[in-house]
Amino acid sequence: MTAHAQDPGRETHPGWEASANRETSAPPARGPYDEEAELLGQLSEAAGISGWEGEVRGIIRGQLEKMGVCYRTDHLGNIIAYRGPDDEHAGLRVMLAAHMDEVGLVVSGIDKSGLLRFRKVGGIDDRVLVSKSVLVGKNRVPGVIGAKPIHLQQPKEQENPFRAEELFVDIGARNKEEAEKVAKVGDPIVFATRFTRLDERRARGKAFDDRAGCLVLLGALQEKYRVPVYGVFTVQEEVGLRGAQVAAYAIAPGLGLALEGTVCSDTPGSEEHLQATRMGAGPAISVMDAATIHNRRVIERLVEVAGKAGIPYQLRRTTSGGNDAGRIHLARAGAAAGGLSVPCRYIHSPASVLDLEDVVNTRRLLVEFLHSLEEGWTP
Amino acid sequence: MKEETRELIRNLTEAFGPSGQEEQVRELIASLMRPHVDGVRTDALGNLICTRGARRVGTAGGPAATAGRPGAAGTATAEAGAGGGKKVMLAAHMDEIGIIVTHIDDKGFLRFGTIGGVMPHRCLGQRVVFANGTVGVFGHEKLDDPKDLKFERMFVDIGASSRAEAEEKVRIGDAAAFTRPLERAGNRLVAKAMDDRIGCAVLVEVARRLGTSPHEVYFVFTVQEEVGLRGARTAAFGLAPDVAIAVDITLTGDTPKAETMEVSLGKGAAIKVKDASLICHPGLRRSLEETARAHGIAYQLEILERGGTDAGAMQLTREGVPAGVISVPCRYAHTPSEMVDEGDVEACIELLVKALEGPLEW
Repeated sequence: MTAHAQDPGRETHPGWEASANRETSAPPARGPYDEEAELLGQLSEAAGISGWEGEVRGIIRGQLEKMGVCYRTDHLGNIIAYRGPDDEHAGLRVMLAAHMDEVGLVVSGIDKSGLLRFRKVGGIDDRVLVSKSVLVGKNRVPGVIGAKPIHLQQPKEQENPFRAEELFVDIGARNKEEAEKVAKVGDPIVFATRFTRLDERRARGKAFDDRAGCLVLLGALQEKYRVPVYGVFTVQEEVGLRGAQVAAYAIAPGLGLALEGTVCSDTPGSEEHLQATRMGAGPAISVMDAATIHNRRVIERLVEVAGKAGIPYQLRRTTSGGNDAGRIHLARAGAAAGGLSVPCRYIHSPASVLDLEDVVNTRRLLVEFLHSLEEGWTP
Repeated sequence: MKEETRELIRNLTEAFGPSGQEEQVRELIASLMRPHVDGVRTDALGNLICTRGARRVGTAGGPAATAGRPGAAGTATAEAGAGGGKKVMLAAHMDEIGIIVTHIDDKGFLRFGTIGGVMPHRCLGQRVVFANGTVGVFGHEKLDDPKDLKFERMFVDIGASSRAEAEEKVRIGDAAAFTRPLERAGNRLVAKAMDDRIGCAVLVEVARRLGTSPHEVYFVFTVQEEVGLRGARTAAFGLAPDVAIAVDITLTGDTPKAETMEVSLGKGAAIKVKDASLICHPGLRRSLEETARAHGIAYQLEILERGGTDAGAMQLTREGVPAGVISVPCRYAHTPSEMVDEGDVEACIELLVKALEGPLEW
């Protein structure tokens, strides 16, 4: 039996790499971050490149239903959940956005040899692609990103990393016909990365940008608020903030907050002033990025609330990148914008690392911030 | 040019207001505009909206009001048409380019990101000021080659000798702008932030000089133009105007070995044909040309190959708005020494006044 003919329903995680020593075996006692880790693991392992967010949407809907939170799904596939007073116009309308989609690949052609050609969806560094295990399509057909082996490369070729166009996905098919039985043009491809606890606090997984934000948002929606709060799980952020644009138009918020898994480069070789955030140092509050100049009063309120509640925080120390806030604050006649992020190392790659304590602190700060809005907000 | 107008330009250009931190310039403009308009308000993004001759209740509504007014632009056209006048949105942006602090090191040096189109080589030797008056100078790491001058190797020195001392004055997220006084050079004025305080000055002067106008006029001083025409977009949605006219600077092609461009200092108001953000409504553009000719106002046509203006955002608001631009020709744009001609500024003011006093039809 070739690998791609495997029955997808037979195993919990068909097609994934064999577990390493420390992977997945649940610790005997419930530790402080087990609950977060469990849900983050589910969200992280779900496949959801931009435009194919169905699996993630399924998990989030399930959680919202379990929590008894009402929600609707719009035409683009955004989930719009509501937590607030019965009168949705009673007070400042707040839109929280976490995007469900992740960067990945899409099948763009099938070669005579049975190898799959692909295109990138969202911003991926070509250099992280070679030799990675991937899953293709709804049935999670396992494959690997192949390239010309080093033995056959000319010295000149070795000087430059492979470009995405030179790579292909090998699903073990012997020819085009065999490949077409399990894969077709337009199928999404995700990295086959298992979620793993590295220690009690730190975890490794794919798509923490922005499943970490989804986790924070789900957490915040467990509370009730006296101001109208819309929790939006958006689609197609990675290809141009598209879901948030239409959701914000529908909601017409007065204040919008993007919840993100954001860039973190507190690693050797990165000069201190070029490190955007530090892992474990608490939620990162945005001051400006390529899509948004964040509202000064939102920043001040977040800082004030964090101080009062004793929650560690950091200001995001870069102006690059952009997220859903960029569309939310420009919807209709405009809104105040803010950004709150969980620092994640190695985002937009097959495996990121985050600190679960940052996730918890981001949620705490968000909840405190929302409650502070109940006491009033001067735009 | 009257000394009063020159003083206005001095006060506006010397005011502090990088994108996102326009409070100081907004307060200044609000105080200048209040005597000449019926109402002044600030919207969610910080745009200053000054109303003159508004006829209908609710037209200046915020997000809540506009959310309940689908198709408001269409009804406004019908209503304004009945009264013979139009709902006209004029826009000049308050913000200027600058920098934003991203890191403070142990010795008190600031690292920064840029706000809008700032170039590294234009910063050498320059001074910046923060909202609280703190002044800093640009410095850079040792470079083997001047071509290595990149913002990530530059810093701002505010005279602090430690992080703690720096943090008493400046925080991550604080913005700074060039600081320079306005100077006269013959019939020309040189200042930082001519882009677009000169447009703001034109709107203030128009409000001062405008006689009877059949139109509902909204003088909108927008925010965050330099980072992507952001303020104009939301202001235009809120107002749903019938016509939109931006006043901004444009580049010139009249300096030694300049890139070819058919705009010169001293040849009058520039009526924009197109730039990278919009093709101006041809009817509105011709109407402005006719107004200029009818009143003997010097003008030139402008095609700007790069760059955009608020009109680009206003034009695509809701179901679309006829939009045009009156530009003040300006040399050395996005440097601390932007130069305009006094006669051109006067021509822009006169042209806009006469256009608003007329039917503004095509």
